[in-house]
Amino acid sequence: MADKPSAAELKDYAEQADAWFKENTVRDPGFMLPLTFMEVSTDEQFDFLRDWQRKVYEAGYLGASWPKEYGGGGLHSEFQRVATRAMKKYDAPIMLNAIGNGWAGPLILDLGTEEQKQKYIKPMLSAEDIWCQGFSEPENGSDLGNAQLKAVRDGDEYVLNGSKIWTSLGDRAKYMILLARTDFDAPNKYAGLSFFLNPMKIDGITTSRIKKLTGEYGFVQTFFTDARISADCLFGGEGNGWSMAMKTLEYERGAKVKPVGGFFVKELDVMEIVELAKNSVRNGKPLLDDPVMRDKMTQYMIDIQALNLNNTRRRMPQLMQDKPMGLPLMNKLARTELIRELTEFSLAFQGSKAGYYVGDENAVDDGYWHRSYLNSFSATIGGGTSEIQRNIVAEHALGLPKTR
Amino acid sequence: MDNLGTIGTTEEQIELMDVATNFCRDKSPVDKVRALIDDDLGYDPGIWKEIGELGWLAIAIPEAHDGVGLSMAEVVPIAEQMGRNLMSTPFGSTTLAAQALLAGGSEAQQAAWLPKIAAGAAATLALREDNGDWDLSNIDATGSVSGDNVSLSGKKQLVLWADSAELIIASVKIDGAVRFALIERSTLPEGSLRRETVIDETARSYEVTLDGVTIPADALFDAGRTRETLEKIELAAGLIHAAEMTGGAQAVIDYTLEYLKTRKQFGKIIGSYQALKHPTVNNYVEYEKARTHLYSAAHSWGEQGRGEVAVRMAAAQSHSSYSTAADRAIQFHGGFGFTHDCDAQLHRRKAILSGALIGDAAYQRSKLANLLFD
Ligand SMILES: Cc1cc2nc3c(=O)[nH]c(=O)nc-3n(C[C@H](O)[C@H](O)[C@H](O)COP(=O)(O)OP(=O)(O)OC[C@H]3O[C@@H](n4cnc5c(N)ncnc54)[C@H](O)[C@@H]3O)c2cc1C
Repeated sequence: MADKPSAAELKDYAEQADAWFKENTVRDPGFMLPLTFMEVSTDEQFDFLRDWQRKVYEAGYLGASWPKEYGGGGLHSEFQRVATRAMKKYDAPIMLNAIGNGWAGPLILDLGTEEQKQKYIKPMLSAEDIWCQGFSEPENGSDLGNAQLKAVRDGDEYVLNGSKIWTSLGDRAKYMILLARTDFDAPNKYAGLSFFLNPMKIDGITTSRIKKLTGEYGFVQTFFTDARISADCLFGGEGNGWSMAMKTLEYERGAKVKPVGGFFVKELDVMEIVELAKNSVRNGKPLLDDPVMRDKMTQYMIDIQALNLNNTRRRMPQLMQDKPMGLPLMNKLARTELIRELTEFSLAFQGSKAGYYVGDENAVDDGYWHRSYLNSFSATIGGGTSEIQRNIVAEHALGLPKTR
Repeated sequence: MDNLGTIGTTEEQIELMDVATNFCRDKSPVDKVRALIDDDLGYDPGIWKEIGELGWLAIAIPEAHDGVGLSMAEVVPIAEQMGRNLMSTPFGSTTLAAQALLAGGSEAQQAAWLPKIAAGAAATLALREDNGDWDLSNIDATGSVSGDNVSLSGKKQLVLWADSAELIIASVKIDGAVRFALIERSTLPEGSLRRETVIDETARSYEVTLDGVTIPADALFDAGRTRETLEKIELAAGLIHAAEMTGGAQAVIDYTLEYLKTRKQFGKIIGSYQALKHPTVNNYVEYEKARTHLYSAAHSWGEQGRGEVAVRMAAAQSHSSYSTAADRAIQFHGGFGFTHDCDAQLHRRKAILSGALIGDAAYQRSKLANLLFD
């Protein structure tokens, strides 16, 4: 990687980034923007976010620290952190291609061939190629290792049959990272799996949209019927699918990061919640005068501050001697559960107005909090449920025996 | 929000962390901790001497008074390891007394006492009273000045390690205002100290009767500095107890994990049951939050505003995390958890005493709310 930049270089860069995002960030395009990449529902939203990502990439603020030869900026990762900070400061929209840039990209950079890196990375960064993930199946969600979608080798091709579900961006994507079963006689369920970089726009692959609890769309069920893909799509070698999936999940769950820039899920701003509480009324007085509410609110402030600082602390080996994998592994669990609780709590502030939803003119902040709360489950379920995350922390950070 | 701080470490902290980890583990194995429960003094004087020789009491004392010239930030890793190993000594109370002297003592008072403390003399604070209020200014003990003397009266409670301390710094009211009085323990009349039975059996605490105690008027802190002294004491106590409780939470979680990995029921290691596994993970997550807040508080120590927010966050989080982890540890040890032999109770008791001394998590949050929202 490039040399660690000086403070002066970073400062210059920060000023440039600030200026750019100040000038170019559109916060209100005139329609509701998604809070996470998992809920891109309309064409309007999709087109807007795709343009936005391309624009940020072309300005050099996305993939700034990814290798130059594949379309990145080749800079030290500190620059990327600075650029992302500028995006947060100006309340920039989320990045659309989360599965590409967040997990497939790092995986390909880590383990892909030269050819794969040349082919996939740049169009991923520029949002030309959107990626999706085909891990979960109707019958196998948490038990990912039990995936049953069939991939049977036939000469230079694999023939795919089966179904994937909850595929975020599945109807928009050009590629899917796909976990499929190539060997039904393997000694254990994990050994029979293989991993593919699978083209979506081919015969034999269809999708059908699924309506989410919010009333929006965002994910699909994907059907494979004698879909034929080139054997070159195999990634990591036949039978190594489980290991590839696990490596992907390290990125997905935040245990590992190769910062690409931007964010895939809009972070909650605590001050917005404090404001909401201040402007809410209980028994004729500001809600923040209510001691119970004050106490809860304070505990959330303590939690948020801890999680934010955990992100810094996990990069400080001197404070991580005891259980080095603890903070990285608990990250998803702690953050997603907190957001769920906090957004639920924000409904309690609204008194009788908690009854409204998005679309009614009486809804507080246009129903933002309700939608945030309902959407918060996307993160406590997607990418491995909180229960599964607890198993992972218990087994891998605390050394407890496996649950069987 | 700009009154929220960051996290960072100093080189000295990291060095002390290493030394303290080994020292406290080696010198305070749990059978020794348990043997000291029945000891009058409550600690090993040999170890106390070593702590003095290691210079740990001098850390946060300026060089001008024979100290090392660092700050409470560097005391944190030591207190953390003491808490982790249930090592009780007058270390905490002595450190707090030194901080009180630094905040409110005159040049002469500092010169008289700080070098002694730096060299290993124990000291303590006498702040709490019968009303049980955590508000340090709500007190009834009094002093009345006549000529060059002040005669004191009233009772102070929960005075830790008073029988070992050479110096007791007591809060009293003089003409309606809180003042601090330096009392040499050797001058106390016979019978002034009553050993209290406190829930944490590894600690020693005393009720101090001030009736009949007279001190010279120059043994009072300057009236003009009472407020900052009260604040400093509260924050220093919050920080040092947060460190002990964070270390304690780590220990009790590890102790429980050990059991969950070995005990079998229904033919399975009990740690494979999610009913035990998941709450243990929750406790662990809360502990890591506490440790993050602890080192953030150490890092922000001394910063106006941010320092107090960070310390109170650390105190609240460590108290709730330690209490819950120890409470669940008792439950998860089953019948054995209910016994005096199970170490879980040592931790549960210690968390209760710590909360009683500095104000529990809810109290810390109520103070925080004022800082954050008003
Ligand atoms: C918004 C969203 C987007 C998603 N996007 C994608 C995507 O793009 N690609 C993709 O492949 N998948 C995606 N998923 C799927 C997601 O990964 C699965 O939903 C998830 O792993 C859970 O699987 P399941 O739905 O089959 O639930 P189940 O596994 O059936 O779980 C049901 C309940 O049982 C609990 N449970 C199951 N096993 C255990 C256990 N061992 N111990 C304790 N409790 C257990 C679960 O925690 C849950 O509470 C998405 C999900 C959501 C919600």
